Amino acid sequence: MKLLNKSLVYLSVILFLIIGIWSVAFYFSMLREIKESIDEGLENYKRQIVLSAQKDTSILSKNNFNEGFFAIQEIAHERAILIKDVYIDTMMYMQDADDVELELEPVRLLKTAFENNGKYYELRIINSMVEEDDLIKELFHEVVGLYLLLIAVIIFLNNFVLKRLWKPFYSFLSQLKNYRIGSNKKFPEVKTQTKEFTDLQKAVTILLQHNVEMYEQQKQFIGNVSHELQTPLAIILNKMELLIEKGNLHLEDAENIAGIMNITERLIRLNKSLLLLTKIENKQFLDNQDISFNNIVQQTVNDLEEITAFKNIKVSIIETAELTVKMDNSLANIVVLNLFRNAIFHNTENGIVTIEISENIFKIKNTGIKAPINEQKIFSRFYKTESNANGTGLGLAIVKAVCGLYGFEILYHFENGLHCFELHIK
Amino acid sequence: MKILIIEDEKELSANISASLMKEHFVIETANNFHSASEKIEVYDYDCILLDIMLPDGNGLELLELLKKTKKAGNVIIISAKDSLDDKLKGLELGADDYLTKPFHIAELNARIKAVIRRNKMDGQDTIELANVVLDLKNRTFLVNNELIPLNRKEFDILNYFLFNKNRLVTKTALAEHVWGDNIDEADSFDFIYYQIKNLRKKLNTAGADIEIEAIYGIGYKLIEK
Repeated sequence: MKLLNKSLVYLSVILFLIIGIWSVAFYFSMLREIKESIDEGLENYKRQIVLSAQKDTSILSKNNFNEGFFAIQEIAHERAILIKDVYIDTMMYMQDADDVELELEPVRLLKTAFENNGKYYELRIINSMVEEDDLIKELFHEVVGLYLLLIAVIIFLNNFVLKRLWKPFYSFLSQLKNYRIGSNKKFPEVKTQTKEFTDLQKAVTILLQHNVEMYEQQKQFIGNVSHELQTPLAIILNKMELLIEKGNLHLEDAENIAGIMNITERLIRLNKSLLLLTKIENKQFLDNQDISFNNIVQQTVNDLEEITAFKNIKVSIIETAELTVKMDNSLANIVVLNLFRNAIFHNTENGIVTIEISENIFKIKNTGIKAPINEQKIFSRFYKTESNANGTGLGLAIVKAVCGLYGFEILYHFENGLHCFELHIK
Repeated sequence: MKILIIEDEKELSANISASLMKEHFVIETANNFHSASEKIEVYDYDCILLDIMLPDGNGLELLELLKKTKKAGNVIIISAKDSLDDKLKGLELGADDYLTKPFHIAELNARIKAVIRRNKMDGQDTIELANVVLDLKNRTFLVNNELIPLNRKEFDILNYFLFNKNRLVTKTALAEHVWGDNIDEADSFDFIYYQIKNLRKKLNTAGADIEIEAIYGIGYKLIEK
């Protein structure tokens, strides 16, 4: 849930509680004020009535509330002494303008006593009270209105004012989402002075710098290691060559040395391939020219014709267009060579290799093992099938790296007993 | 023939020396920039093997020195660096060739012989042994003065063997030399054997007095019969 909306939820709940409690308090407070006010009025009436009674005794006979808002009853002296002024909330039948018949209405009643000419009277004065349930209903409506108004204002604030305040954060967030280590993009930045955001930017920048350094170091590492390995490997190889050349060896010893040389040569090939792969991934080949794939294919097929003849593999080239690509010449050669070489070495004797060159696609198909190779793994480093355990396992990884460099697509599928590789040039 | 090996790795330098001495070259070595620059100032060499990664200086500077004194035409750069930039720079500065480590002994040998020949060209460029003549300029092969046709690859193979006569040429070295760096992932080198078989047949039929011997299954040696 978004932060703005989350805070809205908390605010709504708290506001609800506050307004709820407040409105209850407000109600009682109002009610008390009203009653106090009415009570003062009743007190005033009492004084007026007592004074009137002294002048005009006719009012002493008003025993019920028929004519007015008071009732006087003569009572015994003993009782009169016991009466204290008391204010009561009670109900009385009344009929006001919009009533059809007498209805019970709430009134505030003052019960008191006074003395006039030696006689004692109980005096009851009433005043119309506000209908409590009407009051409550009214207050409730107003409070709910207030609550909704507050919520509406908060939502407005969130969506317009606060959103604007948070905009730099969202811009920063989107830059972070798009950032890739090693892409040499600028670090994400905030265009604001808000302290929290500038602090965030500082922290992220430091973190990214550190990561970029490590990434670059790692990139260099494989290249450096491979590079350092070249000389020791050269020494081993040459020493072995000289040793065998010396002659006078038992056949077994010679075979052992030959075995060591084979393994050393394998290491050397692996090293060279790793180095190449690293260079490609480090974008160290950037001499782009217009390259004709058709020419390269012809050249490569010619170069390897002895091997294809030896394995009795029939190679056919179908050219429907001239495929010209802007890329580094040596990389183009490597791609074609690796694909063609694979097509030969993973082939069966008397098999076929078909090359199709069209305007944007270079296809190479070959016979080989009768089952499809794992599409997901085939381009990963060091993946080898049984048919070439002696290979480096990097041939296709290198092709894929070159494709990644130029945005080409390399695909594999198995169809009609043929392993098909397709290179799509964009 | 005098060869100077400028290489800081002593083991490697020793290997190369041992190999080249079998070719009856006179070998001198230098294992740092300083001693190398002294030597090239004072002496002339038929071929200089130059490692550009020296501990106390950049080998390319030595090359510039050589260029100034017009001695750069017989330099083979040997380097662990495989970058195109380095190759181009070296060749621009007048080096004759660029060989990346690790290399086969047979390959180094062939390159040195090629460089020496290029520089001693006096109109002729042939290799002669027993009753065969290989004309490198015209790319022809003669046995007893009779022209024996060879295809391109067969010619290159024979050329390689003749440059490396009496020396071990491993199958890998041969494959890499003739079919390029990238042939080496062959699952077996049976096809090399097949090529050699054909070549032998041709030599026999032509009555050549040279022979290609198999060495312990790992390579071949061209010898006089």
